[in-house]
Amino acid sequence: MNSALLGNIARFILLLFAQVLIFNRIDLFGFINPFPYILFVILFPVNGNKTGLLAASFFLGLLMDMFCNSGGVHAAACITLAYFRPAIFKFSFGLSYEYQTVKLNDVITPERFSFLLIAVVLHHSILFLLEVFKLSFLWEILWRTFLSTIFTLITCIIIIYIIKPSKR
Amino acid sequence: MQQIVNFILKNSNRLLFLLLLVISLSLTIQSHSYHKSKVISSANFFTGGIYERVNNINEYFNLKSQNEELAMENARLKSLLFNQKDTTKLPEIDSIKGVKKTDIIVSKVIHNSYSVFENYLTINNGSASGIKRNMGVINSAGIVGIVDKTSKNYATIISILNVKSQINAKIKKSNHFGSLVWNGKSTGFVQLIDVPRLAGVRKGDTIVTGGQSIIFPENIGIGTIDKVYIDDVTNYYTLDIKLFNDMTNLGHVYIIKNKDADEITKLENQNKKDE
Repeated sequence: MNSALLGNIARFILLLFAQVLIFNRIDLFGFINPFPYILFVILFPVNGNKTGLLAASFFLGLLMDMFCNSGGVHAAACITLAYFRPAIFKFSFGLSYEYQTVKLNDVITPERFSFLLIAVVLHHSILFLLEVFKLSFLWEILWRTFLSTIFTLITCIIIIYIIKPSKR
Repeated sequence: MQQIVNFILKNSNRLLFLLLLVISLSLTIQSHSYHKSKVISSANFFTGGIYERVNNINEYFNLKSQNEELAMENARLKSLLFNQKDTTKLPEIDSIKGVKKTDIIVSKVIHNSYSVFENYLTINNGSASGIKRNMGVINSAGIVGIVDKTSKNYATIISILNVKSQINAKIKKSNHFGSLVWNGKSTGFVQLIDVPRLAGVRKGDTIVTGGQSIIFPENIGIGTIDKVYIDDVTNYYTLDIKLFNDMTNLGHVYIIKNKDADEITKLENQNKKDE
């Protein structure tokens, strides 16, 4: 129990700093940045405390907003993702997901991939929509959401493979 | 009563979600309206401190280009100095007030963003060095932005690469004014809108700051005209301006402190009140 909590805190801090110090500076083609910090929300234990997840993802988003000077867009996107996470689980893994031990940080199967994909798309569409809030940029937003989604997805999968606990 | 408590207990997660969503949405909307939110900016000591540490390391990687830039600027200033007719007149004294109108604070960019629509920079000087909101920020090549929020040791700057920014500018040759905005497309180009059709514009003409605002002094370089359009709606010219500055690589910047700013804003506010 305690080690899970500590693991979450460590993940929170590590992902936040990796995001701010490394991934926010990538600027591929001038404007595409991946946002693998949402792995915190994605990899949160399936049966973990939902209220705790909501609060933690709110603070994660708020800290990101501070670093990016973006008001509250990351916070809004993160809590939406945290809130709809059980629904995405249900969609990707079937109804009885809570009883199986779903392990996300393992080999990527179609179920896990669909979960990642939906989570990233949900988060990014809210993020980019709120970031501009102007319909004159609609195509730009869609294009950026699309490219960033792909980029985030790739980064997330790489990170999952890297931190995957070795098989016993 | 029991039912209300039950309802809250049953839906605690949903209520928490809605509460947090409302908070973050209101923060978002606040940040979209003209600067209001105080807490959520990288000018506070935590985020500013981290950016400064990181920048201390990053700085070493472009020391060479920064040095070259400074040497170039020194050379330019030296040439101005030597070509003055009377060098004793150098510290320009205002005939009425006896002091110079503008003061310059030097600072360093510790965080630079240019990949989103609303870009901000963070610098490592704040209100302790006398930096206040709405001061102009330039570097050796041209304008950079306008100070937005300040804390004791840090300040954020609305970059000219921000769709919210709007700066008064003019064509150097013909003195026609327009507003400098950014369409969010390229980091090397900004747009000058509302230029009257009378203005003779040609590709390659220099654009400088206009003297109509108290934020920037007149004649600070911005860029050169790259393309000329005619706006279908307003029938004014829209010009694509190629910036002198490379906004993706900024080192030291100068903050312009207009000593008359307070007086002028006070006067203008009074005028508004009287109307």
